[in-house]
Amino acid sequence: MSMLHLVNKSPYERNSLSTCVGYVKAGDTLLLIEDGVYAAVKGGAAAAKLGGLDVSVLGPDLAARGIGEDKLIDGVKVVDYAAFVDLVEAKDKVQSWL
Amino acid sequence: MSEVKKFMYVNRRAPYGTIYAWESLEVVLIGAAFEQDVSLAFIDDGVYQLVKGQSTAGIGMKNFSPTYAALGDYEVNKIFVEKESLEERGLTLDDLQHLTWEDEDEDWAEKDSIRLVSRAEMADILAEQDVLFNF
Repeated sequence: MSMLHLVNKSPYERNSLSTCVGYVKAGDTLLLIEDGVYAAVKGGAAAAKLGGLDVSVLGPDLAARGIGEDKLIDGVKVVDYAAFVDLVEAKDKVQSWL
Repeated sequence: MSEVKKFMYVNRRAPYGTIYAWESLEVVLIGAAFEQDVSLAFIDDGVYQLVKGQSTAGIGMKNFSPTYAALGDYEVNKIFVEKESLEERGLTLDDLQHLTWEDEDEDWAEKDSIRLVSRAEMADILAEQDVLFNF
């Protein structure tokens, strides 16, 4: 049973990401949206929490915040809204860490 | 008439996840009309408000970031950014907009509005204000 984990809060303001990563199992995907995208910025204190996970980031939310793809840690996938829907469809469940 | 007070707007939220950043900017612009000694502080996630290159077409929200560049025209030219907050987030001054103002006392020389300060320096700056507005 695979799960899609959604995090939409800044890792520097809430503990949503910290809690979430403790629940991610093999085969799961973590999708960062809205203020959650800041977690994937290279050199940020939160980036270390994403090590070893399958991480995607919503492109339009990155662009809105002025975060270029070159600023991201290696290995994260930048996805659009259609790919977001594909992820929801591909996984058995969705867990939103609001 | 009334004495000029030192007003500081303290910004600690990222720009689009909540309405705080935009509301703060609205209040700053309104407040600028009252000719007080205004300054802005950007701490914690507030530093994200000044990141350059914001493009909101994909999320259907208004991009209010160009407004920061207009603050100099309203004589809002003391913009303090906390160094530790930038560093924790993997950002540097180069990731932020280059905000300037024109000094009429020096033949309209263009000067930088943003001042990068340490947390200790920011604490001193907050301490010397008369009024603090928090967003």
